[in-house]
Amino acid sequence: MSLHAANEQKDGFSTLLDHHLHKDMLRFTTAGSVDDGKSTLIGRLLHDSKSVYEDQLASVSKSRVNRSSGPIDFSLLTDGLRAEREQGITIDVAYRYFETPRRKFIIADTPGHEQYTRNMATGASTADLAVILIDATRGVLAQTRRHAYISSLLGIRNIVAAINKMDLLGYREDVFRRLYDDFLALAGQLNLENVVGIPISALEGGNLVNATDRMLWYQGPTLLEHLETVPVRSEVMQEAMRFPVQYVVRPDADFRGFAGRVASGTIRPGDAVMALPSQQKSRVRSIVTYDETAAEAFSPMSVTLTLEDEIDLSRGDMLVTPENPPTVASRLEAMVVWFDAEPLVPGRTYLIKHSVRTSRAKATAIDYRVNMNTLEQEPAYELKMNDIAAVQFEVAKPLFFDPYERNRTTGSFILIDPLSNATLGAAIIRAALPEAAGLDTDWNTPVAAEEKYRRHGHAPALVLVEGRPLVAQYLERALFAQGFEVALVSGEEVSAGRLGELLALSQSAGLVLIYSTNAISSAEKQALSGGAALRTIDLASMDLPADDEAAVSPAIAALQSLRIVAGPADAGEVN
Amino acid sequence: MAYAIQGAIQQAAAAGLQNAGEFAAPKRLNHLKTLEAESIYILREAVAEFARPVMLYSIGKDSSVMLRLAQKAFFPAKFPFPLLHVDTSYKFPEMIAFRDSYTREIGADLIVHKNQEALDQGANPFALGTQKCCGLLKTKSLLDALTEGGFDAAFGGARRDEEKSRAKERIYSFRDSLGQWDPKNQRPELWNIFNSRLNKGESIRVFPLSNWTELDIWLYIHMENIPIVPLYFAREREVVLRGASIVPIYSQSDLLPGEKSQRISCRMRSLGCMPCTGAIRSEADTLPKIIRELLGFKRSERENRVIDHDEEGSMELKKREGYF
Repeated sequence: MSLHAANEQKDGFSTLLDHHLHKDMLRFTTAGSVDDGKSTLIGRLLHDSKSVYEDQLASVSKSRVNRSSGPIDFSLLTDGLRAEREQGITIDVAYRYFETPRRKFIIADTPGHEQYTRNMATGASTADLAVILIDATRGVLAQTRRHAYISSLLGIRNIVAAINKMDLLGYREDVFRRLYDDFLALAGQLNLENVVGIPISALEGGNLVNATDRMLWYQGPTLLEHLETVPVRSEVMQEAMRFPVQYVVRPDADFRGFAGRVASGTIRPGDAVMALPSQQKSRVRSIVTYDETAAEAFSPMSVTLTLEDEIDLSRGDMLVTPENPPTVASRLEAMVVWFDAEPLVPGRTYLIKHSVRTSRAKATAIDYRVNMNTLEQEPAYELKMNDIAAVQFEVAKPLFFDPYERNRTTGSFILIDPLSNATLGAAIIRAALPEAAGLDTDWNTPVAAEEKYRRHGHAPALVLVEGRPLVAQYLERALFAQGFEVALVSGEEVSAGRLGELLALSQSAGLVLIYSTNAISSAEKQALSGGAALRTIDLASMDLPADDEAAVSPAIAALQSLRIVAGPADAGEVN
Repeated sequence: MAYAIQGAIQQAAAAGLQNAGEFAAPKRLNHLKTLEAESIYILREAVAEFARPVMLYSIGKDSSVMLRLAQKAFFPAKFPFPLLHVDTSYKFPEMIAFRDSYTREIGADLIVHKNQEALDQGANPFALGTQKCCGLLKTKSLLDALTEGGFDAAFGGARRDEEKSRAKERIYSFRDSLGQWDPKNQRPELWNIFNSRLNKGESIRVFPLSNWTELDIWLYIHMENIPIVPLYFAREREVVLRGASIVPIYSQSDLLPGEKSQRISCRMRSLGCMPCTGAIRSEADTLPKIIRELLGFKRSERENRVIDHDEEGSMELKKREGYF
C-alpha cells in the first residue's frame, strides 16, 4: 500500500490539518419544556452557521409537514423520526455535529416531554454545557426546573438560559429581565455555576448566530458567540489514577496486557499501582499501543498496560494509585433518575453496571424524593418514572468508586432489570454508608436495642389502625417492600392483658407493629398507653382518604420519619 | 504495520504537527485521538461482553477506519471476531478486488454472504425498485447471515452525521429477535456505560464511529495512512450520464439502449451498489485534495445514494426492518 501522505504539498495543507486537529470541542445539550422551540433553535443554529447541506435543506422545504409560520420549518432538520415529524415533537435524542472556524460542536437535541425525561438525561450525561430554553410567554415551568435540576445533578457546569419567543412579546427588555431573574433564583437553589441569560427568537434567528436590531438593549453575546468562547473545562476533576480493566489481551503465553481507558490521572512506566478488589500491588512495566510504546497515558486514552508482577487482575477490576485509592464499600447512597414505568421499590434487587463491571445491588431504602415543583425533599416509598431521589443500595460485591463530583466515570452507574434487561435508571454516587453489623462479634456485650434499630435502618413504632383491616394489610405490605421490619397483629388475636408484653417485645426487637382492631376498647387504651417509650402513630388522627389504597400513601409518608438516615462515613476505606 | 504508522506520524510531525499533538502540554488529546480512544473503548467493551460479535465490513471508507480501530484495540493480539460482507453482487469490481486483497493482507477472517435465492430469481433494482431490492439483497441477506453465524453483536460503521434517522441512534442499538429497531423505545445510554444484556434471539448493533464526521474520517485516513478503495480518488473514468447521476461503465453492455459513454474525471464520495451510487465530477486524486474538496461541498455525502431518497423517512423504514 502506498503512503498517501507522501509526496503531498505540505505547506497550506498541514496548516489546515493542524487547525482541525487542535480545535476545541464543546458538547452541549438543549433542554426545556415541550414546544419551547429546542429543535427550531438547533435547526436555525445549523442553518445560520452554514452547517446544512443544500440537499438537506431542500428535502425539509419540500416536506409535507410545516409547523412554522415561515417558508422553512427548521425543527425538521433535527426531528429525524417519522413520528416526530408527524407529531411535531422530539421523541429521542438527536446528535448533531457542526463546526465553526473557532470550535467543533456536538449537540444533543433532547425531548421536552416529561415522558421522555430519560432521553434528556441521556443527552445531558455527556454535555459540557446545557442550553435551557424558557418560553417567554410561559415562563419557568416544572419541566424547566426538572431539566435544570438534572443538569445540576449530572454536573454540567455551564448553563445558558435562552429566553425564547421574544418576538411574541415585542422583544421587551422587562420580559427578559423578569424571566432571567426567575431562572437565576432557581440556579441559586441548585448551585448552578456560570449561568448566562440570552434573549432569543429561534423562529426569527434573533441572537442565535447574529445579533438582532430588535433588542438593542441587549449587549451580551449571541448564543453562538457564547458557545464559541465559553471555557471548556475537563470533565475529570480528579488527578488520582483510575484505570478500569476492560479486557485482558493475551496473544500468547509471553504477553499479558490489561486493556482499558484511563478514567483519570496519568500513568507512566515504573508507577506503583494497586489492583482492586485484590489489593495486590505491582508496577507498570509498559504502556502498549498499536502506534508505539508510550511514555505516558492519561484520560481519556485507550491503552494496554503490562505489569511487572503476575497479579490477580481481570475484566471489571480496577488499577488505582495506592496513595489515593477510591472508596471501597458495599453500602452506598446515590441520586437516582428513574426511567421505567415499573417503579423502583426498596427491597428489590437490580443489576448495576458501574464503569465496566456488572453486579447485583439491592435498593434498601429511599431516603427522600425531590419534589420538582418546590425542589424540596419529600418521603417516598417507591420511585415512579422520571422521579429523582436519594436511594440507599447494598451491592453484592463491594464497589470501588469516587463521588460523582470528583470522577464521572467511577462515580456513576446504571440500573438494569435482571429479567427484561431494560435500562431502568441512572445513578450518581454520593457517599459510602456504614457497613451493616459485621462478624466482629463481641460476645460479652448484650445486643442493645439501638444496634437493632441501626441495622433495620429505622426506629420501632406502634401504628394503630381502627376499623380498616385492608389499610392495615396494605400498609404491612408497603412497609415490608420498603425494607421495614414490620409485624401485623389483629385485636382478635391478642387479649388486652397481653398487649403490654407485645409492645415491650416490639420495642426491644425494633419492629414497626401494626395493631389493627375494629374499635379500641378502654382496656386496650390503658394497655397501649403503657408503652410510653414506643412512638405511637394513630391513623385515626390523620384524616386519611376513604379509599383504602389511597390511604396507604400518607400513612407511609408519616412513617418515613422513623428512618435512621446514615450520614456519609469513611467506613470501608482501603488503607 | 505498526512501524509504517510510526513513520507516518513522524512525517506528520515533520509537517509541523507539534509532535502529532499528542504529548504537548497541557495534556490533551487532539480531536482525532479523542475519537479514536472512544471508539477503541466501545470495541473492547462489546468484545468483552458479547458471546459472538462480528464486524460488518462494507469495504467503504468508514469500514476501513473501523477495521484499523479494531487492529488498534486488541494489539498486539489479532482482533477476535470475523468480518462479514453482505455482497449484493452489484458492488463495483474495484471494491471486491480491494476487499479480497486487503483482508488477506491483514489476516482477517472474512465471511461473504449473498442472498443467492433472490439473486437466482433475478433480483435487481431496475425491476424491483430500490426499496425492495435493498430489502432482499441487503436487509434480508444481513439478517440471514447474522442468524446463520449466531452473532449477538454486529459492529457497523454508521455515523450519526450521515442522515437524520442515524442521528437518533444509540451507540449500542438494540434489535429484537426479528432484527428490528424500535426508535421510540431505545435504551437510555448515559455516560459511556453500555447495557449489553440480551435475551435469546435479541442482538445489538454497535456503532463505534457514532461521533465521527465525514471530515474526521478523511482526516484520520490521511493521518493513519489507511488503505481505501481506489474509486475514492479522481481519475478519468468511462461513465454514462444517466439523469442527474454519473454512472461508471465497465463494459458496453452496461449501457442502456440509446446511451453513450464518455470519459470524465470523477470519483466516488461514498460507495454503495453500482446501480444506486453515482460519481461526482472531481479532480481530487490525493487525500489532501479530497479533504479540501470536502470542505467546499455544499451537498451531503449521501446525496448520490438513491436509497435515502425514494421516500421521506426511507432510511428510518429500512432501519426499522433491520437494515444497517
